[in-house]
Amino acid sequence: MWKWIQAFASPKNFYQISQKIIPWFLVPFIVLALVGLYWGLIVAPVDYQQGESYRIMFIHVPAAWMSMFVYLVLAISGGIGLIWQIKLAYVVAKVSAPIGAAFTFLALVTGAVWGKPMWGTWWVWDARLTSELILLFLYLAYMSLNNAFDNPKTASKASSVLAIVGLVNLPIIHYSVNWWNTLHQGASVSVNKVAIQDSDMLIALLLMGMAFKFLYGALMLMRARDEVLVTEQNSSWVKKVIMEHK
Amino acid sequence: MTKRQNRMILVALLVMGVSLAGYLGLKAFNENLLYFFSPTDVTEGKAPKGKSFRLGGMVAKNSVKRDGIKVMFDVTDYANTFRVNYSGILPDLFKEGQGIITTGSLIDGIFMATEVLAKHDENYMPPEVADALEKAKNKQ
Repeated sequence: MWKWIQAFASPKNFYQISQKIIPWFLVPFIVLALVGLYWGLIVAPVDYQQGESYRIMFIHVPAAWMSMFVYLVLAISGGIGLIWQIKLAYVVAKVSAPIGAAFTFLALVTGAVWGKPMWGTWWVWDARLTSELILLFLYLAYMSLNNAFDNPKTASKASSVLAIVGLVNLPIIHYSVNWWNTLHQGASVSVNKVAIQDSDMLIALLLMGMAFKFLYGALMLMRARDEVLVTEQNSSWVKKVIMEHK
Repeated sequence: MTKRQNRMILVALLVMGVSLAGYLGLKAFNENLLYFFSPTDVTEGKAPKGKSFRLGGMVAKNSVKRDGIKVMFDVTDYANTFRVNYSGILPDLFKEGQGIITTGSLIDGIFMATEVLAKHDENYMPPEVADALEKAKNKQ
Protein backbone atom coordinates (compact mmCIF):
# COMPACT_ATOMS: atom_id res chain seq x y z
CA MET A 1 0.00 0.00 0.00
CA TRP A 2 2.74 2.43 1.07
CA LYS A 3 4.89 1.60 -1.92
CA TRP A 4 1.89 1.98 -4.19
CA ILE A 5 1.20 5.53 -2.92
CA GLN A 6 4.83 6.48 -3.36
CA ALA A 7 4.85 5.15 -6.90
CA PHE A 8 1.64 7.01 -7.67
CA ALA A 9 3.03 10.24 -6.26
CA SER A 10 6.27 9.92 -8.17
CA PRO A 11 7.01 13.02 -10.25
CA LYS A 12 7.09 11.00 -13.48
CA ASN A 13 3.68 9.44 -12.91
CA PHE A 14 2.23 12.76 -11.86
CA TYR A 15 3.51 14.43 -14.99
CA GLN A 16 1.80 11.89 -17.20
CA ILE A 17 -1.48 11.65 -15.31
CA SER A 18 -1.94 15.37 -14.65
CA GLN A 19 -2.05 16.13 -18.35
CA LYS A 20 -5.16 13.99 -18.64
CA ILE A 21 -6.75 15.48 -15.49
CA ILE A 22 -6.32 19.20 -16.25
CA PRO A 23 -9.23 19.44 -18.76
CA TRP A 24 -11.51 17.93 -16.09
CA PHE A 25 -10.85 21.05 -14.01
CA LEU A 26 -10.62 23.63 -16.77
CA VAL A 27 -13.89 22.79 -18.56
CA PRO A 28 -16.06 22.70 -15.39
CA PHE A 29 -14.48 26.01 -14.33
CA ILE A 30 -15.45 27.72 -17.58
CA VAL A 31 -18.99 26.31 -17.57
CA LEU A 32 -19.61 27.04 -13.87
CA ALA A 33 -18.15 30.56 -14.09
CA LEU A 34 -20.26 31.48 -17.14
CA VAL A 35 -23.48 30.08 -15.66
CA GLY A 36 -22.62 31.53 -12.23
CA LEU A 37 -21.94 35.02 -13.58
CA TYR A 38 -25.14 34.95 -15.63
CA TRP A 39 -27.07 33.78 -12.58
CA GLY A 40 -25.48 36.35 -10.31
CA LEU A 41 -25.57 39.38 -12.59
CA ILE A 42 -28.85 38.80 -14.45
CA VAL A 43 -31.06 36.16 -12.79
CA ALA A 44 -30.56 37.07 -9.11
CA PRO A 45 -32.76 39.94 -7.84
CA VAL A 46 -31.49 43.18 -6.26
CA ASP A 47 -30.85 43.24 -2.52
CA TYR A 48 -33.26 45.05 -0.18
CA GLN A 49 -30.59 47.23 1.41
CA GLN A 50 -27.59 47.24 -0.92
CA GLY A 51 -29.37 47.36 -4.29
CA GLU A 52 -27.17 46.27 -7.18
CA SER A 53 -23.90 46.77 -5.29
CA TYR A 54 -24.15 43.47 -3.46
CA ARG A 55 -23.41 41.59 -6.71
CA ILE A 56 -19.66 42.00 -6.17
CA MET A 57 -20.23 39.34 -3.50
CA PHE A 58 -20.20 36.70 -6.28
CA ILE A 59 -16.48 37.37 -6.75
CA HIS A 60 -15.54 38.59 -3.27
CA VAL A 61 -16.90 35.67 -1.25
CA PRO A 62 -15.53 32.83 -3.45
CA ALA A 63 -12.14 34.59 -3.55
CA ALA A 64 -12.13 34.88 0.25
CA TRP A 65 -13.14 31.19 0.61
CA MET A 66 -10.33 30.17 -1.73
CA SER A 67 -7.77 32.36 0.06
CA MET A 68 -8.31 30.20 3.15
CA PHE A 69 -8.78 26.89 1.33
CA VAL A 70 -5.51 27.25 -0.60
CA TYR A 71 -3.67 28.10 2.62
CA LEU A 72 -5.04 24.90 4.16
CA VAL A 73 -3.70 22.97 1.14
CA LEU A 74 -0.37 24.75 1.57
CA ALA A 75 -0.04 23.78 5.24
CA ILE A 76 -1.31 20.21 4.82
CA SER A 77 0.94 19.44 1.85
CA GLY A 78 3.81 21.07 3.73
CA GLY A 79 3.08 18.76 6.67
CA ILE A 80 2.88 15.72 4.38
CA GLY A 81 6.20 16.74 2.86
CA LEU A 82 7.82 17.06 6.28
CA ILE A 83 6.51 13.78 7.68
CA TRP A 84 6.45 11.42 4.69
CA GLN A 85 9.05 13.25 2.59
CA ILE A 86 7.00 13.10 -0.59
CA LYS A 87 8.53 15.46 -3.13
CA LEU A 88 5.24 16.00 -4.88
CA ALA A 89 3.70 17.42 -1.70
CA TYR A 90 6.35 20.14 -1.60
CA VAL A 91 5.69 20.86 -5.26
CA VAL A 92 1.94 21.25 -4.60
CA ALA A 93 2.66 23.61 -1.69
CA LYS A 94 5.16 25.68 -3.63
CA VAL A 95 3.00 26.22 -6.71
CA SER A 96 -0.16 26.85 -4.65
CA ALA A 97 1.29 29.82 -2.77
CA PRO A 98 1.14 32.43 -5.58
CA ILE A 99 -2.37 31.24 -6.52
CA GLY A 100 -3.52 31.60 -2.92
CA ALA A 101 -1.89 35.01 -2.67
CA ALA A 102 -3.74 36.07 -5.82
CA PHE A 103 -7.09 34.93 -4.36
CA THR A 104 -6.33 36.79 -1.13
CA PHE A 105 -5.42 39.94 -3.04
CA LEU A 106 -8.62 39.64 -5.08
CA ALA A 107 -10.69 39.26 -1.90
CA LEU A 108 -9.05 42.34 -0.34
CA VAL A 109 -9.45 44.50 -3.46
CA THR A 110 -13.06 43.54 -4.18
CA GLY A 111 -13.78 44.07 -0.47
CA ALA A 112 -12.35 47.59 -0.60
CA VAL A 113 -14.31 48.41 -3.76
CA TRP A 114 -17.46 47.09 -2.05
CA GLY A 115 -16.74 48.81 1.26
CA LYS A 116 -16.41 52.31 -0.14
CA PRO A 117 -20.01 52.73 -1.36
CA MET A 118 -21.65 50.60 1.36
CA TRP A 119 -19.72 51.29 4.57
CA GLY A 120 -18.28 54.63 3.49
CA THR A 121 -14.63 53.56 3.64
CA TRP A 122 -12.12 51.56 1.60
CA TRP A 123 -10.40 50.07 4.61
CA VAL A 124 -10.70 49.77 8.38
CA TRP A 125 -8.42 47.97 10.81
CA ASP A 126 -11.10 45.67 12.17
CA ALA A 127 -10.31 42.06 13.08
CA ARG A 128 -11.64 40.49 9.84
CA LEU A 129 -9.90 42.83 7.41
CA THR A 130 -6.65 42.84 9.35
CA SER A 131 -6.46 39.04 9.71
CA GLU A 132 -7.12 38.63 5.96
CA LEU A 133 -4.29 41.09 5.25
CA ILE A 134 -2.04 39.02 7.53
CA LEU A 135 -2.97 35.99 5.40
CA LEU A 136 -1.64 37.82 2.32
CA PHE A 137 1.59 38.57 4.20
CA LEU A 138 1.85 34.89 5.20
CA TYR A 139 1.66 33.86 1.54
CA LEU A 140 4.31 36.44 0.63
CA ALA A 141 6.54 35.33 3.50
CA TYR A 142 6.14 31.69 2.44
CA MET A 143 7.11 32.54 -1.14
CA SER A 144 10.15 34.59 -0.16
CA LEU A 145 11.35 31.99 2.35
CA ASN A 146 10.98 29.29 -0.29
CA ASN A 147 13.23 31.30 -2.60
CA ALA A 148 15.75 32.31 0.06
CA PHE A 149 17.76 29.06 0.13
CA ASP A 150 20.15 27.64 -2.41
CA ASN A 151 19.32 24.12 -1.34
CA PRO A 152 15.74 23.30 -2.48
CA LYS A 153 15.36 20.69 0.27
CA THR A 154 16.12 23.19 3.02
CA ALA A 155 13.83 25.73 1.35
CA SER A 156 10.93 23.25 1.25
CA LYS A 157 11.39 22.27 4.89
CA ALA A 158 11.73 25.82 6.23
CA SER A 159 8.78 27.18 4.28
CA SER A 160 6.61 24.21 5.27
CA VAL A 161 7.25 24.95 8.94
CA LEU A 162 6.24 28.56 8.28
CA ALA A 163 3.05 27.42 6.51
CA ILE A 164 2.10 25.24 9.50
CA VAL A 165 2.80 28.07 11.95
CA GLY A 166 0.55 30.39 9.92
CA LEU A 167 -2.28 27.87 10.14
CA VAL A 168 -3.31 29.53 13.41
CA ASN A 169 -4.54 32.52 11.38
CA LEU A 170 -7.29 30.55 9.60
CA PRO A 171 -9.66 30.12 12.57
CA ILE A 172 -8.94 33.73 13.52
CA ILE A 173 -10.10 34.94 10.09
CA HIS A 174 -13.15 32.70 10.16
CA TYR A 175 -14.33 33.51 13.69
CA SER A 176 -13.14 37.15 13.81
CA VAL A 177 -16.64 38.40 13.07
CA ASN A 178 -18.10 36.34 15.94
CA TRP A 179 -15.38 36.84 18.55
CA TRP A 180 -15.06 40.61 18.26
CA ASN A 181 -17.06 43.65 17.19
CA THR A 182 -16.16 44.26 13.58
CA LEU A 183 -17.35 46.51 10.77
CA HIS A 184 -17.44 43.46 8.52
CA GLN A 185 -20.71 41.56 8.78
CA GLY A 186 -20.98 37.95 9.93
CA ALA A 187 -20.89 34.92 7.64
CA SER A 188 -23.83 34.67 5.24
CA VAL A 189 -23.24 31.00 4.48
CA SER A 190 -22.03 28.63 7.19
CA VAL A 191 -22.63 25.04 8.23
CA ASN A 192 -25.61 25.73 10.48
CA LYS A 193 -27.06 28.91 8.98
CA VAL A 194 -27.73 30.45 5.58
CA ALA A 195 -28.62 34.14 5.73
CA ILE A 196 -29.19 34.50 1.99
CA GLN A 197 -32.95 34.33 1.77
CA ASP A 198 -33.25 34.06 -1.99
CA SER A 199 -32.55 30.84 -3.86
CA ASP A 200 -31.25 32.60 -7.01
CA MET A 201 -28.71 34.62 -4.99
CA LEU A 202 -27.60 31.46 -3.17
CA ILE A 203 -27.34 29.36 -6.35
CA ALA A 204 -25.22 32.05 -8.04
CA LEU A 205 -22.89 32.23 -5.03
CA LEU A 206 -22.48 28.45 -4.81
CA LEU A 207 -21.88 28.15 -8.58
CA MET A 208 -19.15 30.78 -8.37
CA GLY A 209 -17.71 29.10 -5.29
CA MET A 210 -17.42 25.81 -7.20
CA ALA A 211 -16.03 27.58 -10.28
CA PHE A 212 -13.20 29.03 -8.19
CA LYS A 213 -12.40 25.60 -6.74
CA PHE A 214 -12.02 24.13 -10.23
CA LEU A 215 -9.98 27.14 -11.34
CA TYR A 216 -7.57 26.53 -8.47
CA GLY A 217 -7.35 22.83 -9.36
CA ALA A 218 -6.52 23.61 -12.98
CA LEU A 219 -3.99 26.35 -12.20
CA MET A 220 -2.30 24.27 -9.51
CA LEU A 221 -1.90 21.21 -11.78
CA MET A 222 -0.60 23.33 -14.67
CA ARG A 223 1.99 25.03 -12.47
CA ALA A 224 2.91 21.76 -10.72
CA ARG A 225 3.69 20.13 -14.09
CA ASP A 226 6.16 22.90 -14.88
CA GLU A 227 7.66 22.76 -11.41
CA VAL A 228 8.13 18.97 -11.60
CA LEU A 229 10.15 19.39 -14.79
CA VAL A 230 12.41 21.89 -13.03
CA THR A 231 12.94 19.87 -9.84
CA GLU A 232 13.51 16.62 -11.78
CA GLN A 233 15.62 18.19 -14.52
CA ASN A 234 18.48 15.73 -14.01
CA SER A 235 16.39 12.58 -14.32
CA SER A 236 16.25 10.58 -17.52
CA TRP A 237 12.50 10.83 -18.08
CA VAL A 238 12.60 14.66 -18.10
CA LYS A 239 15.38 14.54 -20.65
CA LYS A 240 13.20 12.26 -22.74
CA VAL A 241 10.23 14.65 -22.46
CA ILE A 242 12.41 17.53 -23.57
CA MET A 243 13.87 15.58 -26.49
CA GLU A 244 10.34 14.74 -27.66
CA HIS A 245 9.42 18.42 -27.73
CA LYS A 246 12.48 19.57 -29.61
CA MET B 1 10.08 4.69 17.18
CA THR B 2 10.74 5.20 13.50
CA LYS B 3 12.07 8.44 12.07
CA ARG B 4 8.75 9.09 10.38
CA GLN B 5 6.86 8.83 13.68
CA ASN B 6 9.40 11.20 15.18
CA ARG B 7 8.71 13.78 12.52
CA MET B 8 4.97 13.26 12.93
CA ILE B 9 5.25 14.09 16.62
CA LEU B 10 7.39 17.14 15.87
CA VAL B 11 4.81 18.50 13.42
CA ALA B 12 2.00 17.80 15.90
CA LEU B 13 3.92 19.58 18.66
CA LEU B 14 4.49 22.52 16.33
CA VAL B 15 0.76 22.81 15.59
CA MET B 16 -0.14 22.52 19.29
CA GLY B 17 2.50 25.01 20.39
CA VAL B 18 1.45 27.60 17.83
CA SER B 19 -2.23 27.13 18.71
CA LEU B 20 -1.49 27.65 22.38
CA ALA B 21 0.62 30.74 21.66
CA GLY B 22 -2.12 32.10 19.41
CA TYR B 23 -4.78 31.47 22.03
CA LEU B 24 -2.80 33.18 24.79
CA GLY B 25 -1.89 36.09 22.53
CA LEU B 26 -5.47 36.68 21.50
CA LYS B 27 -6.65 36.41 25.11
CA ALA B 28 -4.15 39.08 26.13
CA PHE B 29 -5.11 41.44 23.32
CA ASN B 30 -8.82 40.72 23.41
CA GLU B 31 -9.84 44.24 24.45
CA ASN B 32 -7.74 45.90 21.75
CA LEU B 33 -9.30 43.79 19.03
CA LEU B 34 -12.77 45.23 19.60
CA TYR B 35 -13.44 47.55 16.72
CA PHE B 36 -16.13 49.55 18.53
CA PHE B 37 -17.92 49.97 21.86
CA SER B 38 -21.67 49.65 22.27
CA PRO B 39 -23.62 52.36 24.15
CA THR B 40 -23.86 49.95 27.10
CA ASP B 41 -20.05 49.49 27.11
CA VAL B 42 -19.67 53.28 27.22
CA THR B 43 -22.21 53.64 30.04
CA GLU B 44 -20.31 51.00 32.01
CA GLY B 45 -17.13 53.01 31.53
CA LYS B 46 -15.35 50.49 29.28
CA ALA B 47 -14.60 53.06 26.57
CA PRO B 48 -11.48 55.23 26.91
CA LYS B 49 -12.25 58.55 28.57
CA GLY B 50 -11.07 61.86 27.12
CA LYS B 51 -9.85 60.05 24.02
CA SER B 52 -11.29 59.31 20.61
CA PHE B 53 -13.04 55.94 20.28
CA ARG B 54 -15.60 54.21 18.09
CA LEU B 55 -19.24 53.89 19.09
CA GLY B 56 -21.40 51.30 17.34
CA GLY B 57 -25.14 50.70 17.41
CA MET B 58 -28.42 51.33 15.64
CA VAL B 59 -29.63 54.75 14.53
CA ALA B 60 -32.73 55.23 16.71
CA LYS B 61 -36.08 55.63 14.95
CA ASN B 62 -37.34 59.23 14.56
CA SER B 63 -34.11 60.67 15.95
CA VAL B 64 -32.37 62.00 12.82
CA LYS B 65 -32.43 65.82 12.57
CA ARG B 66 -30.65 67.47 9.66
CA ASP B 67 -29.55 71.07 9.38
CA GLY B 68 -27.64 71.54 6.17
CA ILE B 69 -24.52 69.40 6.40
CA LYS B 70 -24.95 69.04 10.17
CA VAL B 71 -26.84 66.01 11.39
CA MET B 72 -27.94 64.89 14.84
CA PHE B 73 -29.15 61.41 15.71
CA ASP B 74 -29.30 58.88 18.55
CA VAL B 75 -27.24 55.69 18.55
CA THR B 76 -28.80 52.93 20.60
CA ASP B 77 -28.34 49.27 21.49
CA TYR B 78 -31.90 49.25 22.89
CA ALA B 79 -30.53 49.38 26.44
CA ASN B 80 -28.60 52.66 26.36
CA THR B 81 -28.62 55.59 23.95
CA PHE B 82 -26.19 58.36 23.02
CA ARG B 83 -26.86 61.55 21.08
CA VAL B 84 -24.41 61.97 18.14
CA ASN B 85 -23.47 65.26 16.46
CA TYR B 86 -21.83 65.03 13.05
CA SER B 87 -21.15 67.24 10.08
CA GLY B 88 -19.99 65.64 6.87
CA ILE B 89 -20.97 63.12 4.26
CA LEU B 90 -22.98 60.11 5.40
CA PRO B 91 -22.71 56.71 3.66
CA ASP B 92 -25.57 55.75 1.35
CA LEU B 93 -26.80 53.06 3.71
CA PHE B 94 -27.27 55.55 6.57
CA LYS B 95 -30.89 55.64 7.69
CA GLU B 96 -32.99 55.19 10.83
CA GLY B 97 -32.79 51.61 12.06
CA GLN B 98 -29.43 51.05 10.31
CA GLY B 99 -26.36 49.83 12.16
CA ILE B 100 -23.53 52.35 12.17
CA ILE B 101 -20.05 52.77 13.61
CA THR B 102 -18.93 56.30 14.40
CA THR B 103 -15.53 57.67 15.47
CA GLY B 104 -15.33 60.62 17.84
CA SER B 105 -15.26 61.51 21.49
CA LEU B 106 -17.78 62.04 24.24
CA ILE B 107 -18.07 65.68 25.31
CA ASP B 108 -20.62 66.54 28.01
CA GLY B 109 -22.62 63.41 27.24
CA ILE B 110 -22.86 64.14 23.51
CA PHE B 111 -20.78 62.11 21.03
CA MET B 112 -18.99 64.52 18.69
CA ALA B 113 -18.35 62.38 15.60
CA THR B 114 -15.61 62.85 13.03
CA GLU B 115 -16.61 59.85 10.89
CA VAL B 116 -19.76 57.78 10.39
CA LEU B 117 -19.60 54.35 8.72
CA ALA B 118 -22.58 52.13 7.91
CA LYS B 119 -22.57 48.53 9.10
CA HIS B 120 -24.87 46.13 7.32
CA ASP B 121 -25.81 42.62 8.36
CA GLU B 122 -25.19 39.31 6.60
CA ASN B 123 -28.78 38.97 5.32
CA TYR B 124 -29.43 39.24 1.62
CA MET B 125 -32.96 39.18 0.13
CA PRO B 126 -35.02 40.85 -2.57
CA PRO B 127 -36.95 44.00 -1.50
CA GLU B 128 -40.31 42.20 -1.76
CA VAL B 129 -39.22 39.57 0.74
CA ALA B 130 -37.94 42.28 3.08
CA ASP B 131 -41.31 44.07 2.82
CA ALA B 132 -43.21 40.86 3.51
CA LEU B 133 -41.04 40.12 6.56
CA GLU B 134 -41.55 43.66 7.83
CA LYS B 135 -45.34 43.37 7.44
CA ALA B 136 -45.41 40.00 9.19
CA LYS B 137 -43.39 41.48 12.04
CA ASN B 138 -45.74 44.46 12.39
CA LYS B 139 -48.81 42.20 12.53
CA GLN B 140 -47.58 40.34 15.59
